[in-house]
Amino acid sequence: MPQHTSHEFEAELRRLKERLLAMGGRCESSIAAAVRALETRNPELASAVERDDRVIDADELAIDELAVRILALRQPVGRDLRFLMTALKVVTDLERIGDEAVNVAERARDLSAAVELPESQALLGPMAAVATRQLRRALDAFVEEDASKAADVLARDDEVDELYGRIVRATLAYMAAHPQNVEAAMRVTSCAKYLERIGDHATNIAEMVVYLVDGVDVRHGGARSRESAGTR
Amino acid sequence: MPAKMATRGLSVWYGSKRAIQDVTLDVEENAVTALIGPSGCGKSTFLRTLNRMNDLVEGCRVEGVVTLDGEDVYGRDVDAVAVRRRVGMVFQKSNPFPRSIFENVAFGLRIAGMRDRQTLAARVEESLRDAALWDEVKDRLGDSALALSGGQQQRLCIARALAVRPEVVLMDEPASALDPIATARIEELIRELKRRYTIVIVTHSMQQAARVSDFTAFFYMGELVEYGPTERIFTRPIQKRTEEYITGRFG
Repeated sequence: MPQHTSHEFEAELRRLKERLLAMGGRCESSIAAAVRALETRNPELASAVERDDRVIDADELAIDELAVRILALRQPVGRDLRFLMTALKVVTDLERIGDEAVNVAERARDLSAAVELPESQALLGPMAAVATRQLRRALDAFVEEDASKAADVLARDDEVDELYGRIVRATLAYMAAHPQNVEAAMRVTSCAKYLERIGDHATNIAEMVVYLVDGVDVRHGGARSRESAGTR
Repeated sequence: MPAKMATRGLSVWYGSKRAIQDVTLDVEENAVTALIGPSGCGKSTFLRTLNRMNDLVEGCRVEGVVTLDGEDVYGRDVDAVAVRRRVGMVFQKSNPFPRSIFENVAFGLRIAGMRDRQTLAARVEESLRDAALWDEVKDRLGDSALALSGGQQQRLCIARALAVRPEVVLMDEPASALDPIATARIEELIRELKRRYTIVIVTHSMQQAARVSDFTAFFYMGELVEYGPTERIFTRPIQKRTEEYITGRFG
């Protein structure tokens, strides 16, 4: 699509997108650091994740402010309006992903001095990798405004859920065998839950990309088509 | 419900220049249809073709069909004046006659042969009320219409158009010369009027089209590019040219 006749408007939209992507990048590294804190039992890394989260929170405020400014001054319509709606939704998902990374990091700190659950904890890394991959692909779909990439993210949502199920089952079996270690086991389950939430947020982002590109709302299993949404 | 007005394969020429090309469009009853597009896109020509205003332009030729309640507006036995009585028009620049407020509204009725003073007075009041102007002018109906503010003059012109009880009201940028308050009044009025009239409005303000209309038609270089419910046109336009125009990507 050609650029806006207003260069300023064009620049504002570009700035909004760049800021969102930078925030997305920070979320990815936060998750990575939190998981590394878990795997290496390094409480220092956990503190770093908490520091990074303050930057992510600042991103959210700046993006909201920029979006409100564009809405008020440019009154976007069509695809521009859908982009603004997407930005406002995506920023919330990213901010929550940052919070989930902090949650993982906090559990990592608690777990650094606890016993290890060999089977469950071995799965947390792969689960984090899948969740991060989902997030990265959702953000790629957003950058490239590619609905088919977004659809691919939606189709692979089950992979995170499946790993979550495996960790929960393994942890339950461990708790039955080692009731004295329930506290550590609970923390591992929590970590898995946080990662599962990150996967869900990535899915939300992908859903918004489909809306941005095609104008179709696919959330909550809905697929309101252009035609049916277009009637009075 | 069948469309109140419709065009089928409508083309309009001014001399050898084709201003409108093969436009097929339905105008829904009791709804506001907005025509948008850049200058010279043919939207005003299209509007004027609906009530045969273009008959008055030398060298203008119309091809295709325009119907009002299914009847051909350009039919051999159809009187253009009768069409214009059923399909009224309000122009961009308010153009009251240099007469009293009362006489401006009564003008069309007198031409139509209405003589009875009481009937005239009743119809003038009704029209001024419909145009949301009555309360502001009821105590000075004998004053010159030219003493009214710009927004009031435009509502007076709307009252004048409504006095002959048209079925369709065509509006050619009715608020483009007004301040935001007067514009808001006209837009509120348009929403009120659609309950009893069918309205077609040409506007350069896309926000105005978005605010007042139920359906939007986007014209570009004499062609109808896209038509649909306004809410869809402004959130999910289908045609690339519509998207570019409404989002301000003019190349």
